[in-house]
Amino acid sequence: MELYARGRHLLRDQPGLVVVAVATLLLVGDLLGKLLGDGLTAARFGGFVWDGLVIGLLIGLAGIGLSLTYSILGFANFAHGDYISWGAFSGWAVAYLLAGIDRYAAGGLLLIGAGDGPAPGDVGVSITNTPLSIVAGLVVAVGFTVGISLLIDRAVYRPIRDADGITLLIASIGVAFALRYLIVFFFYSGRQGVTDISRVPSYDIGGVVINAHELTIVVIALVLMVGVHLLLQRSKLGKAMRAMADNRDLAQVTGIPVEGVIRTTWILGGGLAGAAGYLVVLTQGTIAYDLGWLLLLLIFAAVIMGGIGSVYGAIVGGLVIGLASRLSLIWLTGDLSSFAEPVAFGLMIFVLLFRPEGIFGGVSTA
Amino acid sequence: MSSDQFQTGRLTQFRELLERSDAALVLTAMAAFYLLFLGIGAILNYDVAGLISILGQVTFFTAVYALIVLALNLHWGYAGLFNIGIAGFMAVGVYTMAMLTAPPTGSPPGLGLPVAVGIVGGMLAAALVGLVTALPALRLRADYLAIVTVAISEIIRLTYNSPAFSTFTLPGGIALGTGGASGIGTVPSNPVQAIYYVDPSSAASGTTPIGAAIFGFFEAVFGVVRSAVIVDLTYGLVLAVVVFLVYTLLARVGNSPFGRVLKAIREDEVVAKSLGKDTNRFKIKTFMLGCALMGLAGVLWQGFGTGAVYPQAFRPELTFYIFIAVIIGGAGSNTGSVLGGAVFANLLFLLPQYLPNIIEQTFSIQADPNNFIAAVGPIAAGEIAPLLGYILNQRLPALRFVFVGVLLVYLMQNRPEGLLGHRTETAAAVNLSEGHTAAEQTGSDLTAPEGGVDDE
Repeated sequence: MELYARGRHLLRDQPGLVVVAVATLLLVGDLLGKLLGDGLTAARFGGFVWDGLVIGLLIGLAGIGLSLTYSILGFANFAHGDYISWGAFSGWAVAYLLAGIDRYAAGGLLLIGAGDGPAPGDVGVSITNTPLSIVAGLVVAVGFTVGISLLIDRAVYRPIRDADGITLLIASIGVAFALRYLIVFFFYSGRQGVTDISRVPSYDIGGVVINAHELTIVVIALVLMVGVHLLLQRSKLGKAMRAMADNRDLAQVTGIPVEGVIRTTWILGGGLAGAAGYLVVLTQGTIAYDLGWLLLLLIFAAVIMGGIGSVYGAIVGGLVIGLASRLSLIWLTGDLSSFAEPVAFGLMIFVLLFRPEGIFGGVSTA
Repeated sequence: MSSDQFQTGRLTQFRELLERSDAALVLTAMAAFYLLFLGIGAILNYDVAGLISILGQVTFFTAVYALIVLALNLHWGYAGLFNIGIAGFMAVGVYTMAMLTAPPTGSPPGLGLPVAVGIVGGMLAAALVGLVTALPALRLRADYLAIVTVAISEIIRLTYNSPAFSTFTLPGGIALGTGGASGIGTVPSNPVQAIYYVDPSSAASGTTPIGAAIFGFFEAVFGVVRSAVIVDLTYGLVLAVVVFLVYTLLARVGNSPFGRVLKAIREDEVVAKSLGKDTNRFKIKTFMLGCALMGLAGVLWQGFGTGAVYPQAFRPELTFYIFIAVIIGGAGSNTGSVLGGAVFANLLFLLPQYLPNIIEQTFSIQADPNNFIAAVGPIAAGEIAPLLGYILNQRLPALRFVFVGVLLVYLMQNRPEGLLGHRTETAAAVNLSEGHTAAEQTGSDLTAPEGGVDDE
């Protein structure tokens, strides 16, 4: 009887939770059935999981910055996706330049093959073929994106620091437009190949094919995440950020250098966004001016799922979104496979409706 | 100093006239835009048909932007609902219309119903999707609502884009389809064509009596023979009438008890609630009405205006254009919305399409380098033409977006209330602002003699 009463309470208070629980049970049951039967081989399943992990780590990496700025500056930064794109373009321009400068003119290399520039197969950029240029590109991607995020904060957001969230959000849409089409202005508007796919070795681990670029992404993303973890735990920065997210005026009164913390937030967030954008190209093999914008909604989904302001939440949220969008392909076969993204968006809407504080609930920064 | 004051006085007088009469304001702006584009046509040596065509374009884009901005203003300006899923609701309207009215034999097949059914169906469908969105989402904070609506608009676009529904069969065995990524090419022809042609779908068919009369008039006066530009101009004018009707509807809604509650919700939802108003019901109704109007705007713009429906037309960029237009005009003012739509459509959308032609004709720029390095390289040798050629011939659309973005940032920093946002109507039926009429009179009484005395 008591169990019944508790069940009724649960159904009334948390209808979303109940629906999610039931749906999850059904899906897991069906998945097990498919795995045990012959609907799905273990290797195929492993492939989905690996793909989901790779893209999930990248979403999480990019999400850390979005989550921090959202909680500390109090607005949803719609330009975050375009920081990601600029990270990709700036980094790959340099990686291209270093990889091909001995054979081709600098101009075509710097523009990543725009106009009559050399083709990806000729430059031959890959982690095994030109490891140094790839690493140099990553450093530039981080540095450049940090630069533009600081510059934009100074020019755009600082003058309206105390405006409400919607005003800042709309301003960020303006920034997004300007940044995205500046890429088109300097580079090109189409999607173009970048890495030399023929020179990326791949390894077969129990039927799951893993290539060297994906492995690189996982390693770099994990290193960066651990770095952020240490930074926020070992310094007072994490505490200052939490205080700022909670109440900026109070933080200022307590002696926290508010503008300094905001600058550090942009450095962290912008740098990670740039790195994520650079690495996304490593797994996709192609680059496009709107690559960050296309990822932005997925990143929002991850950040909201993990709870706005939580660094670890953003990482976990990214993994959940990445895995969900890839694992949904188990059920969405054939023509329906185009619904992988809508599934992730749907998950986000669901979380916003039934648990707007994120699945871990109200955990703040770091 | 005295002439300065005199000029300021005249300016204030003019401004007061425009503030008193919305019709004068809109008509002045439109007259300015028409003159501007006639001038552009003249510079580019267009013939009369070309000039009529350019006027038709100005009318069309002004009207469709005004229409959609009015709908958004109902959401954002009146009820404070931050909806950035406009493109999605437009898509629902257009697609429903196209699927209802496309011929059953076409590819993808439609239901072949009359156009009127399609328009009403499109509006109803958009309103229904609005209801489904609004029911759960309106409880959310403004920024969460923004993210949810943009996600829904992307889900809608990706659904129409998916090959899964490119053609499907209803339970009754009736085939129907969205056409997937290539969309629906068999949209019924623009209803305005029925005025001119016996068979509305074919310009080659005979002319109706009205059509013959109008064509005859244009031929006699302007020497333009039975041209499609006349039909396009007519469609633009029909849309202007639609805008006027929608404006009137929204003005009535805004001044009704219903509208007062909406404004109260925008100002302070808790107050409205504590006065016993079921604010959620008001918000849902408003959201549905706005979505229906967005559906209508979609049908009139992307459906009849372009003649084909495809999913890429409904990317989130479209939503942001409309937002920029509403911000230029000032959220909360219907006249501001119409003006904002007009300013965006003419100065930010149409003008950049003609600008390169004018500049090239004036300065005769031949260079056309296809990448940035080739464009800036010659600057070292003192040659600026390649860079100009690159900007004008290759990258002007991109620079337009950059400009739009910078403009948005500028507006948010310096004039977040827009052109007419300061006129935001209060929730009360009568003007409650302190000494409203008295202040205005003393104001003009004070300035007029001062300016006059100084000058004489």
